[in-house]
Amino acid sequence: QMADNAEVLKGIQKFPGINYPVLTPNIKGFQAAIAAGAKEVTVFGAASELFTKKNTNCSIEESLQRSDEILRAARAAGIPVRGYVSCVLGCPYEGKISPAKVAEVTKKMYSMGCYEISLGDTIGVGTPGVMKDMLSAVMHEVPVAALAVHCHDTYGQALANTLMALQMGVSVVDSSVAGLGGCPYAQGASGNLATEDLVYMLSGLGIHTGVNLQKLLEAGTFICQALNRKTSSKVAQATCKL
Amino acid sequence: MGNVPSAVKHCLSYQQLLREHLWIGDSVAGALDPAQETSQLSGLPEYVKIVEVGPRDGLQNEKVIVPTDIKIEFINQLSQTGLSVIEVTSFVSSRWVPQVAAGATEISVFGAASESFSKKNINCSIEESMQKFEEVVKSARHMNIPVRGYVSCALGCPYEGTISPQKVTEVSKRLYGMGCYEISLGDTIGVGTPGSMKRMLESVMKEIPPSALAVHCHDTYGQALANILTALQMGINVVDSAVSGLGGCPYAKGASGNVATEDLIYMLNGLGLNTGVNLYKVMEAGDFICKAVNKTTNSKVAQASFSA
Repeated sequence: QMADNAEVLKGIQKFPGINYPVLTPNIKGFQAAIAAGAKEVTVFGAASELFTKKNTNCSIEESLQRSDEILRAARAAGIPVRGYVSCVLGCPYEGKISPAKVAEVTKKMYSMGCYEISLGDTIGVGTPGVMKDMLSAVMHEVPVAALAVHCHDTYGQALANTLMALQMGVSVVDSSVAGLGGCPYAQGASGNLATEDLVYMLSGLGIHTGVNLQKLLEAGTFICQALNRKTSSKVAQATCKL
Repeated sequence: MGNVPSAVKHCLSYQQLLREHLWIGDSVAGALDPAQETSQLSGLPEYVKIVEVGPRDGLQNEKVIVPTDIKIEFINQLSQTGLSVIEVTSFVSSRWVPQVAAGATEISVFGAASESFSKKNINCSIEESMQKFEEVVKSARHMNIPVRGYVSCALGCPYEGTISPQKVTEVSKRLYGMGCYEISLGDTIGVGTPGSMKRMLESVMKEIPPSALAVHCHDTYGQALANILTALQMGINVVDSAVSGLGGCPYAKGASGNVATEDLIYMLNGLGLNTGVNLYKVMEAGDFICKAVNKTTNSKVAQASFSA
């Protein structure tokens, strides 16, 4: 799907005040991204050894070393780096993941220079209590202002988990318009939290996001038509009169 | 995210979920010792009563008319899950005698926190409806039949828009005062968010003890579980839901309706709260009724657990 990466990055309108990060899992990818004009990159880690092995064929320690290489190069080039930690509330191979492990990996990525770490409930198995425990552990090591949550809605828990994170002081949330993306670990399941549904909740809570829900809905409709799929956003479903 | 070997595709499949992944929240009816389960979040009730409204509220809002024998089988399946309250059907009549004659052991009365909604739905003002309910509740209590009260539009109305928490309190207090043992506060069109839920409950809880309150959240805008979590944090421990998230929304075409019981139980299990309900059996009942009405489930847990 991402083979046209350079073309996309070069082709889009880059509006001032908007960041357009790109994922760079290795140093070669990083170099190609910079050549294509990327001004921010992201690196991936995981709180599970088995997941890291199956996904990137190395241990957590080795994957952190790879990220470190990218971070050094990025620092030299003045490029900010965002870190992701997968499986923070559970792993499809290991099952339960200890909050201490999440804190350990997050702390390492933060100290290597990531300006923000997004904590991902990769398979969406988390519930609010588990989210709270994990964040409590991580917040002992990393300031909450440098944390984000990335909740998947595989079991319908994403918004409740996000609410819990907000109550703990997290103020950065990842989401995907129309809830794009499924889950490779649970056939037929949904994936990301829908941005429209997130914005709806934040709006109702009186929290400022700067995002125009109407325009978001339009972008969601556009991409769903292009993909010939139904939206996973409940707000979009409710707003579209069939 | 990398290539997924075929073995992994079974990882979170239904069978695997049943046998191995106890930690992601399954609860076998009767097997949980409440003393062993401590809430991970403080301030939450220890036990949550789930009121299953699928057979009534859910099916009533589905297009397909379900044959009687299917309905009966569906409800019988739900009776095996550990659910302690299952809303069976509806006798819409100002005279409740037919219901009792048919064997009803509990009845419900429906009020609304919106004059316009009341007028459009039951063709009378809130005050007129309350007077009718007074008679019903009095007679029911005389026969020792408990009455549950519902307040629609607790967080918003399709006609009036915003509804003041004070109005919800006023109507709830009226129903409670006339003898309803429990008041279910309904976000009928699912427009509520945790903030409006909190404000409404703060107001109602000044007049009615939390133990006599329930929340009935619709998932029209995906807010149901977040709203329910907020209600739990405020001390509410009775939650209405519908298996498979049955029922659409008559006010927003194409929208979803009730919160799915499976997804609710998943969250409650994860929170370490005792419900006494077996998630797998509920999923099975959900699978049964979805096949019967030829629709895909609205439950994300069911979607994730049954192969597409």
